[in-house]
Amino acid sequence: MGSKMESSLLWLLLFLCIFSTPTDGKPMTILGQPPPANISGTNLTELSIVSLHWDHVTQPYIVALWIFVTGLAKLVFELNHKLTATIPESALLIFIGFVLGGMIWGADKAQTFTLTPVTFFYYLLPQIILDAGYFMPNKLFFGNMGAILTYAILGTVWNAVTVGLSLWGVYLGGIMGDLKINLLEFMLFGSLLSAVDPVAVLAVFEEVHVNEVLFILVFGESLLNDGVTVVLYNVCDAFVTLGADRINAVEIIKGIVSFLVVAFGGALVGVVFAVLLSLLTRCTKNIQIIEPGFIFIVSYLSYLTAEMLSLSSILAITFCGVCCQKYVNANMAESSVTTVRYAMKVFANGSETIIFVFLGISAIDPEIWVWNTAFILLTLVFVLVYRIIGVFALTWILNRFRLIPLEIIDQVVLSYGGLRGAVAYALAFMLDGNKVREKNLMISTTLIVVYFTVVLQGVTMKPLVTWLKVKRTSKTEVSLIEKLQNRAFDHILIAIEDISGQIGHNYMREKWNKFEEKWLRPILMKSSARKKQDQLFNVFHQLNLKDAMSYVTEGERCGSLAFVRSENNVNLDFKKKLASDISDIMPDINSDSSDTGPYTIPMTCIMQDNVPTVCLDVEEDMRGKSMRDTENINTHHVLQMHLYKARKQHRHRYSRKEMGLNKDENEVQEIFQRTMRNRLESFKSTKMGVTQSKKIKPAKKDQIPNGKHKTHSFEDADFSDDNVFSSDFAGGVASGGGGPTRLSIRSGGGIENPAFMPDVDHASPLHTPPWSAVVDDGVAPSQRAQVQLPWSPSNASRLTPLRISTRSNDSFILADRPTAQGEQPPPSQPKSTPK
Amino acid sequence: MGSSNSTLSKIPNLGRLIEETGFTPAHIKRLYKRFQALDKGNKGYLSPQDFGSVKELATNPIGDRIIGAFFSQGQETVDFHSFVRILAHFRPLDKNRAKRPDSPEPINSRISKLRFAFQLYDQDNDGKISRDELLQVLRTMLEMQVTEEQLESIADRTIQEADLDGDNAISFDEFRKSLEKVNIEHKMSSRFLH
Repeated sequence: MGSKMESSLLWLLLFLCIFSTPTDGKPMTILGQPPPANISGTNLTELSIVSLHWDHVTQPYIVALWIFVTGLAKLVFELNHKLTATIPESALLIFIGFVLGGMIWGADKAQTFTLTPVTFFYYLLPQIILDAGYFMPNKLFFGNMGAILTYAILGTVWNAVTVGLSLWGVYLGGIMGDLKINLLEFMLFGSLLSAVDPVAVLAVFEEVHVNEVLFILVFGESLLNDGVTVVLYNVCDAFVTLGADRINAVEIIKGIVSFLVVAFGGALVGVVFAVLLSLLTRCTKNIQIIEPGFIFIVSYLSYLTAEMLSLSSILAITFCGVCCQKYVNANMAESSVTTVRYAMKVFANGSETIIFVFLGISAIDPEIWVWNTAFILLTLVFVLVYRIIGVFALTWILNRFRLIPLEIIDQVVLSYGGLRGAVAYALAFMLDGNKVREKNLMISTTLIVVYFTVVLQGVTMKPLVTWLKVKRTSKTEVSLIEKLQNRAFDHILIAIEDISGQIGHNYMREKWNKFEEKWLRPILMKSSARKKQDQLFNVFHQLNLKDAMSYVTEGERCGSLAFVRSENNVNLDFKKKLASDISDIMPDINSDSSDTGPYTIPMTCIMQDNVPTVCLDVEEDMRGKSMRDTENINTHHVLQMHLYKARKQHRHRYSRKEMGLNKDENEVQEIFQRTMRNRLESFKSTKMGVTQSKKIKPAKKDQIPNGKHKTHSFEDADFSDDNVFSSDFAGGVASGGGGPTRLSIRSGGGIENPAFMPDVDHASPLHTPPWSAVVDDGVAPSQRAQVQLPWSPSNASRLTPLRISTRSNDSFILADRPTAQGEQPPPSQPKSTPK
Repeated sequence: MGSSNSTLSKIPNLGRLIEETGFTPAHIKRLYKRFQALDKGNKGYLSPQDFGSVKELATNPIGDRIIGAFFSQGQETVDFHSFVRILAHFRPLDKNRAKRPDSPEPINSRISKLRFAFQLYDQDNDGKISRDELLQVLRTMLEMQVTEEQLESIADRTIQEADLDGDNAISFDEFRKSLEKVNIEHKMSSRFLH
């Protein structure tokens, strides 16, 4: 019911917009020059309170409205999953374009909105290409580079030449009637139609989920051959301008040379800008908020620079994205990386939507439509047939060199995936009407080809893939063992190539990796980032993060961390799970007591004392369950959950300039005040906790001796977060036999750095909102929680010390320092648990 | 031409080797030359020291283990046949051979590729990757920045992911299942030159 309501509401909204747009658009075109004699300006006798200045805002307003409408259109499709499952979104958007175009035409009696090449090439295309490059799976891309380049260069040239020549041949045969097209113009036409369009291909293939190799082939080709097409087009265009009689061998050779220069020059510009960008992100630490902006602006600059130098701008921005991704992602703060990632998708997806809608709108313009059945149909046939021939011929050659040959069905999909799109249309639109007399015929033919490929092939792609049983990608969850194994496979293959004494693919890659590690990384990557580069470790980190999140969700679902608070069954349950996890996660507890720190042995005792038989039962139990279940409840989640919360909590206090960073002096001040207020409140409200204060003391004592051992590890690992937290629970741990020892180790950090210790109690209210309520009934919760929580910090310190933002907590600690320094390391406890 | 035949004729049981490994005579010939190049002093077999002369292997984190895989348990030498047989694990899969149902499991099948990988971990040959064994591999494969504690929890987590029967070790079956989605055929294949 709800969704129905929602959808009908959306439809209503959409139509409102649709109807409002053309009428809004009218003034612009009809009134045009005359200043708006309308609106409130007529009565000058009075002061108008509100006046409408349509003319002031016309242009941006219409642009904004367009974006809004196209966005809404997309929203509406997505409400109906059956629709989007059968018809690809790109096709639907084109249909919407038809409808909108019809309305505009109905209102204006002329097509006032068309996709102009300037808009397309300067404002819509770059972000799509950048997105594609930036998210390019590099290893796959470079691994299949040979094939991709073959398809992109040879395939495209093949398409252009054959389509052009065949059309010309047929034209000579006389079927098309009287057209004013010469051979060169046919070639020009062939070249503009030759490229497979990345926008269209992405839109269709993203929904089909073919296997990754196939995908990278289609996609890589479509991306690179745009550059090739534009170059081809320019060369042909130059030839047309030059005129047939002045073309000789020299000019043709020049054409080929310029082709190479333009293509590789473009790529080079991209690489140069990628280097610049990487260097830039090395030093943007202090302006983190605009850091993501650099990615976009520098990439865009690479596009414009290449354009300025008349090199291939598409290749430039592609390579800029491909080359910078690794370093940029490592250099920037995690939040910036996320921002870039999302912003990139927003831009790319948005302009993709706009492009398709405009492709639809462009059709509703009688002026461009020139019909020549033979020409149009034959073009369509040639485009399809030569694509198929080209793919099969090239694949046949490629397969002789490929480790894993492409199968026939792959080739079918590859040839069927030759969708043409907006690039072709924009190029056709750019044709000079004075030189190319049949420009309109070419535009309409291009449009037909685009519609045919995007709509018909797009719609049938999915059934075809299913019918041919093309290998699909299975949705893979990142798993450590796979990552580890993949790495091992790489090493094995390299070793095998070394042993069998051949220089192969893996050998080359290894050489490149070595080179990259030795020369590029030190230059392009922050030294701190270099440490975090180990992929295996990253996966590990991500998994932990995911766990942490699901843990929070889980916890909140059960009523906001109630499981931590309530002593009874829930708690027990948790304890059990915890125990089982401990045995899984905490290595030092279990078997390997040899090489870990001095606290290993006490830990083992704890394990046995604290969580006896239950642990075993549940361990069995848990193992049986699916991995994810187990992971959800992993101990270290506790910790990370709090870290996560902490960041969230900190966030909404601040402002434009800073998000995660609380290093600002004022902020520190603010945190401090908050903390103090909190303490006061908790001081007032808590009259209990008598028991705690007693227990705390022994714990504290423990902390001192053991603490020293671990101290350094905190500092190295930036793990103050955990410290704060763990010490929170350290408070009452005394109860659980070994608890204190464990905790003390953690909180030991506090000895050297008193700042870690003191806020103990306050940490929790601050970090986790739900808890602040709890403060009222004393510190009891934390006391109960200790039983479980002691474990988490120690875990987590081992798990993911790297990326967790220390910042929020750093400042937090700083804020507390004043109080802390006044007293002994554990001063706050007595304070908050008075009496 | 003559020389190629003469090289091949030096190899005993050539026919069986070809049948068994699926290498072409050209492959075998090339590998034989390589074998001779590695075989310092024309012993007719390779010792671990011979492998040591491949200097790239020294920089390979698991190079030692891979060398170890060439030697069957307790032996210090590997002859040409075994050498080729090990390398044959890395031949890409060919469909034509797999079609004969009665033929024995080809040496380059997915499962034998996996088994090869598995054995690199399972140094004590008990059919299980224990936590310690995993830890050793991790230690060699991860960079120095990762602390021992982190290594351990990675190891634990990895085992946890794959371990189905709860024995805190990864059996070959579990290993196979956990890598079900990985394109082993591709990732464990190398292109052998003629």
